[in-house]
Amino acid sequence: MVIPYSLRRDRAAVAGAPAIETRHLRLRYPGAEQDALRGVSISVPQGSCAALIGSNGSGKSTLMKAVCGILRAHQGTIRIAGLPVGGCHHRVAYLPQRGEINWRFPVTVRRLVMAGRFVHLGWIRRPGPHDYEIVDRALDQLKMCELAGRQIGMLSGGQQQRALLARALAQDAEVLLLDEPLTGVDQSTRHVFERVINELIRRRRTVLAATHDTSVREAGYDVIFQLEEGELQESELQEGEHARDHF
Amino acid sequence: MLEIIFEPLRFGFMRTGFLVAILVSIACSTIGVYVVYRRMAFIGDALAHTVLPGLVVAYLIGMSMFGGALVAGLASSLAIGRITQNKSVSEDTAIGIVFAGMFALGIFLMSRTGSFRELAHMLFGNILGIPQSLLVWIAMIAFAIPVLLFLFHKELELTSYDPSHAEVIGLRVDTVRYILLVLLAFTIVTAISAVGVVLTSALIITPAAAASLLTRRLVPMMALSTVFGALSGVIGLYASYYFNAASGAAIVLTCTAIFAICAVLEWAMRNRVYRDAPPPADSAGTDLKPL
Repeated sequence: MVIPYSLRRDRAAVAGAPAIETRHLRLRYPGAEQDALRGVSISVPQGSCAALIGSNGSGKSTLMKAVCGILRAHQGTIRIAGLPVGGCHHRVAYLPQRGEINWRFPVTVRRLVMAGRFVHLGWIRRPGPHDYEIVDRALDQLKMCELAGRQIGMLSGGQQQRALLARALAQDAEVLLLDEPLTGVDQSTRHVFERVINELIRRRRTVLAATHDTSVREAGYDVIFQLEEGELQESELQEGEHARDHF
Repeated sequence: MLEIIFEPLRFGFMRTGFLVAILVSIACSTIGVYVVYRRMAFIGDALAHTVLPGLVVAYLIGMSMFGGALVAGLASSLAIGRITQNKSVSEDTAIGIVFAGMFALGIFLMSRTGSFRELAHMLFGNILGIPQSLLVWIAMIAFAIPVLLFLFHKELELTSYDPSHAEVIGLRVDTVRYILLVLLAFTIVTAISAVGVVLTSALIITPAAAASLLTRRLVPMMALSTVFGALSGVIGLYASYYFNAASGAAIVLTCTAIFAICAVLEWAMRNRVYRDAPPPADSAGTDLKPL
């Protein structure tokens, strides 16, 4: 028996709806004098790889956090597969910036990846052999098997990002929100990310990656959104098949 | 040697004291790991102090002091949970105000009773004077705390290191925090009977902090913390018996000594690792600092 963390977990997706859709989104942090997001409207089709670009403080992380339900917008709507935020927790995986995680906490890499299964397990229920099998497969995809027993703080920056991506794979999420996934990581991690993300897109998963690196325009994303000071400056739909070589 | 070990056990109050010390250490040491890693040491200390008015009021109206402490502990844990949720005043400032205010209220009420000395065991504990009825409560709580921590293990674990992921999957971080605070209130009330209001936080924090120096795994850390807590209780009681000293203080001093030994061990192990191993090629993200 599953006691879900959120009672709205099992609602079916709306057929044909975009993977992510925001309309006129406004959000202000408590005590702030101006909005962090000012009427942002974006639409990311299912099975596409989208980039959210902009300088530091432009609102990329805020938009990501609003989409995945960590922050609440005070105006506008957000739909994930046609459902309101919170209507499909198991469908969304969020890779935060590394600084947001307490890496000194005594958990192993395998245990961190197992956290991707928690949404399917709900309250109290413990992981079973099926969950461990999924976790081991995700670790293998990210070439993390040898590090599975290591405490998470003992990983390099690139390894930590790979562990977080493995967690998203273990969750089997349909929408992946990656916040500055490749900042300060080595070339081998970039290659692993590129391979795994391409594989996810082939399986009709949707990826939205935030980055301050404006050179992603040449990197072959399907859609690029540019944010500045909380406003959407530009939305660019790219044509054709691309190799996503910036992952 | 055997004489030294068995002599105190001839007395019923000492046998009860040993049992209470072990039971209390089980509850304190397991939850202590979460308290240490979630940086809630100040909250734990504050919670222990805010229980004092409840104890005094229960004494004044002739109610069970354990019941009074429990009511005050639960009310305080919910109040602290609410304060820490509201970000308009910084968390440690708000807790500091409530903690000092409640403790002062307790002292004020104690001084009004005219029997300040009678109530001194609330401040410093009375492990050798635990009645049978209280022992049953302590045993039940000591059993329930690890069981509940086991049941909520994955929720407590995830919200401790990655609250963002918890929120994304619909797990309310505040709900888990309240669960932990309520469990902490129960633990503190049992520990107060052993070492008193002033020293309770040491029983929760010190064994867990000592264990965290020797292992990086959560479950072995809890087991090691429990062993350290139980050892502190037993050795502290022997020390109190043979040196004719306050039992609560002896237990906490033993905890501190164990922490010091662990700190030296960790320092020696770290130095050996650094001396023997070549420098890592990619050290970004590694963090070997002790707590």
